[in-house]
Amino acid sequence: MRRIDKDQRARIRLTLNGRALSAEAEPRMLLSDFLRHSLGATGTHVGCEHGVCGCCTVLIDGTAVRSCLTLAVQAEGRDVRTVESLAAADGTLNPLQRAFQNHHALQCGFCTPGILMSFTDYLARNPRPSEADIRDVLSGHLCRCTGYAGIVSALLEAAGYRQSSESGSKS
Amino acid sequence: MKPRPFAYVRPDSVDEAVAVLAAHGDDARVLAGGQSLLALLNLRLADPAVLVDITRIAALDQICDLGDKIEVGAAVTQNRLLAWPQLAEKLPLLAAALPFVGHFQTRNKGTVCGSVAHADPSSEIPLALAVLGGEVVLRSQRGTRVLSADAFQKDMLTTTREPDELITAVRFPVNSGRGVAFREVARRHGDFAIVAVAALVDGQGAVRLGVGGMAGAPAVRQIAAADGSTARGAVDKMAVELEGYEDLHATAVMRRDLLRRLGPVVIDEAMRCAA
Ligand code: FES
Ligand code: FES
Repeated sequence: MRRIDKDQRARIRLTLNGRALSAEAEPRMLLSDFLRHSLGATGTHVGCEHGVCGCCTVLIDGTAVRSCLTLAVQAEGRDVRTVESLAAADGTLNPLQRAFQNHHALQCGFCTPGILMSFTDYLARNPRPSEADIRDVLSGHLCRCTGYAGIVSALLEAAGYRQSSESGSKS
Repeated sequence: MKPRPFAYVRPDSVDEAVAVLAAHGDDARVLAGGQSLLALLNLRLADPAVLVDITRIAALDQICDLGDKIEVGAAVTQNRLLAWPQLAEKLPLLAAALPFVGHFQTRNKGTVCGSVAHADPSSEIPLALAVLGGEVVLRSQRGTRVLSADAFQKDMLTTTREPDELITAVRFPVNSGRGVAFREVARRHGDFAIVAVAALVDGQGAVRLGVGGMAGAPAVRQIAAADGSTARGAVDKMAVELEGYEDLHATAVMRRDLLRRLGPVVIDEAMRCAA
């Protein structure tokens, strides 16, 4: 049974983007803060800290979850993936990221890391979603800049739709 | 915001978990998916001394087919139940209602039992459990209790769980050829419902109607052999009896009105589905 006292700092080990890492944390430390402040992975953004905006979304064992609604200690021993894992080592964007670039699916980019991680999970499990499905999953994210149209176009492209009027978006 | 300090315990078995709960009582909170609890902690609306993380207890991470009931363990996430291959056949009401629970991302972590434990008056899973006549299984060092949904949720965020008890599972009765339908009205998709309505209709046209968001707990009524006008009459009576309540999202009048509009539509849908 794992037990950490109130003011005790415990060493939390996890795999981040394929690397085994560890740092100390109190029980109350959120995974979002642990990633950013303790492990220096600042690609994951923090907006609302109560599960509403979605920009802190990361993958734990392949599943997209809110890192602000997860304690660092809950990710102990797990495989965590963040937006830093998407591009190749030389900076080449992956197809999902390229689709975002093609469709101007970001402006300030604050919301983008979370959306990319959500759809990394969702598209892996649901390779041929409808536009309605995409919009449903996207409803778990807030974007204050784009008006979502570019994001939906990018996600349709990433889901393999040819960009024509038939898919309801312009290319 | 960030949570206040608390101790963290992650038991490996149900026995360990109930021992921790017995030792700490009211000072402890059970952490499963955390999709409500972590938000409350971040906002400092909850201040437990100890969090008991039950998500790694393998025995709780199971969906069991008990024949006439489906038992969903306390660590099973909402998306895992949604992806259960037999859901549409055995629990069609859950298949209809689960997509309304939060978002894809929160369903990945939020648990079925956690929604029941949290007991929000307008949340979908407690409503489904109530209208189906389901059960909540509670374990403590004193033994096991099985409560009906109705005996479990008493009021807004209030249940009859004792501080030393752990919800180990909930049980949903398997659908026996009844028509089902579910609808809700919310400000945004994924928000808690303002009013949610679920209906079950059997071959004889007997309706079981469940309503969330009108009172502290889901309300369920039996309506005999409903045709269009008896259904409307019964829904109207229910709206008057329940009254509704006022919060940030809607007045009581608006809630009654939503129920009057949604109720007959949902009953009709369930009847067509039964036919
Ligand atoms: S910061 Fe986590 S959902 Fe907004
Ligand atoms: S691009 Fe600015 S919030 Fe989405």
